[in-house]
Amino acid sequence: MMADDTKPKVQNLPLWEVFIRPRTGLAHKHCGSLHASDAVLAMQAARDTYTRRGEGQSVWVVRSSDIAASDPDRAAENFDPALEKIYRHPSFYDIPDDVGHM
Amino acid sequence: MDSTLFAALIELADDHLILGQRVSEWCGKGPILEEDLAMSNMALDMIGQARGLFSYAGEVERKGRSEDDLAYLRLEKDYRNCLLVERPNDDFAHTMLRQFYFAAFMEPYWQSTAELQDATLRGLAGKAVKEAAYHIRHTGEWIIRMGDGTAESAARMAAAVNNLHIYTGELFEMSDAATACAEQCLLPDRAKLRAAWTATVDPIFARARLNTPDVEFPQSGGRSGQHGEEMGHILAELQYVQRAYPGLTW
Repeated sequence: MMADDTKPKVQNLPLWEVFIRPRTGLAHKHCGSLHASDAVLAMQAARDTYTRRGEGQSVWVVRSSDIAASDPDRAAENFDPALEKIYRHPSFYDIPDDVGHM
Repeated sequence: MDSTLFAALIELADDHLILGQRVSEWCGKGPILEEDLAMSNMALDMIGQARGLFSYAGEVERKGRSEDDLAYLRLEKDYRNCLLVERPNDDFAHTMLRQFYFAAFMEPYWQSTAELQDATLRGLAGKAVKEAAYHIRHTGEWIIRMGDGTAESAARMAAAVNNLHIYTGELFEMSDAATACAEQCLLPDRAKLRAAWTATVDPIFARARLNTPDVEFPQSGGRSGQHGEEMGHILAELQYVQRAYPGLTW
C-alpha cells in the first residue's frame, strides 16, 4: 500500500491571491486567497469561490510567493514619517469657483 | 401538442434534476474547499435549470402541478432522464467526466433552442448556455490534468471513460415526444447534435491522452422510464422530505 505521505496534499498546492474588480468599481481589490496547482485552475477556483454572488466583473490571480511585501518590522520607519507631513495633502489651496467640482 | 411538449420538457427537466441531485452529494465532501464550492455551484446550476423547466412543464400541462409536485411526487418509472445522469459519483474522475459528457451535449442543445419558436424556452436557453459552457471548461481542465497526470489519476480517468462512455449514445436518442417537438421547431433534434458533441470531447480527450472506446453494448432506457438500480436510491433521498411532510414549503 502506498504510504500517505507520497500522495499529493492540499497543503502542498501553491497559494494564490485573488483580486476582483467589482461591477461598480474601477480597480481590482484583494479579496482572499486559495490553493490551486496552476493559473488556469486558480482562475476557475477564484471564479467559483469569490464571484458566486455577482461580485465580479474581472478577476486577477497571482501566486502569493510572487508578491514582494513590506516588512512589518519596518512599518515604523516606512510609514510613520508621512504622518506629520500634512502639507503634502492638497488642502491649502483656494480653488476658484469657476473650476467647479474637482 | 401540449401533452407532447410536456413529455419532452419532463425528459429535459429530469436530466437536470437528477444530475443536480447527484453532484450535490459532493457538498461538504469535496477534495478541497475550492472544488467543493465549484461542484456545489454546478449542482445549483443544474437544479436552477430544472426548476425553470418543471415550472414551464406545469404551465403547459394545465393540471395545476407545481415544480415541486413534478420534481418530488412522481414514481420512478415516470422519471424520463437518461441513464448517464443517474450514474453514481464514484470518484472525482467519474464525476468530472459525467458532467463533461452532459455539458458537451447541452451546450449545442441550448444554442439550437435559442433559435427556435418558443419564447419561454429561448429565455431558459440564453441563461443555461453560459452555464453549460463553464461546466465544459471546468470539467475539461480537470480531465486533461487527471488523464495526463500521475499513474493513479490516469488510471482513474481511463476507468471513468470505460464505465461511462456506454451511456453517452442515449443522449442523442429521440423519443416520440422529442421527435414531435423537433418537427414543430420547439426543441432541437438531439440526433443532430452528435457532431458538435464530438467536436468538444475529442480535443479534450487528445490533450488528456484518453482513448474513445468502441461501445459494444450501448446502454439506454431512461427515456422510457427503465432506470438502473441506483435511481431508486436517488429518489429515496430526493423525495423523502416531501413524502414525509406533504406540502411542506420553505
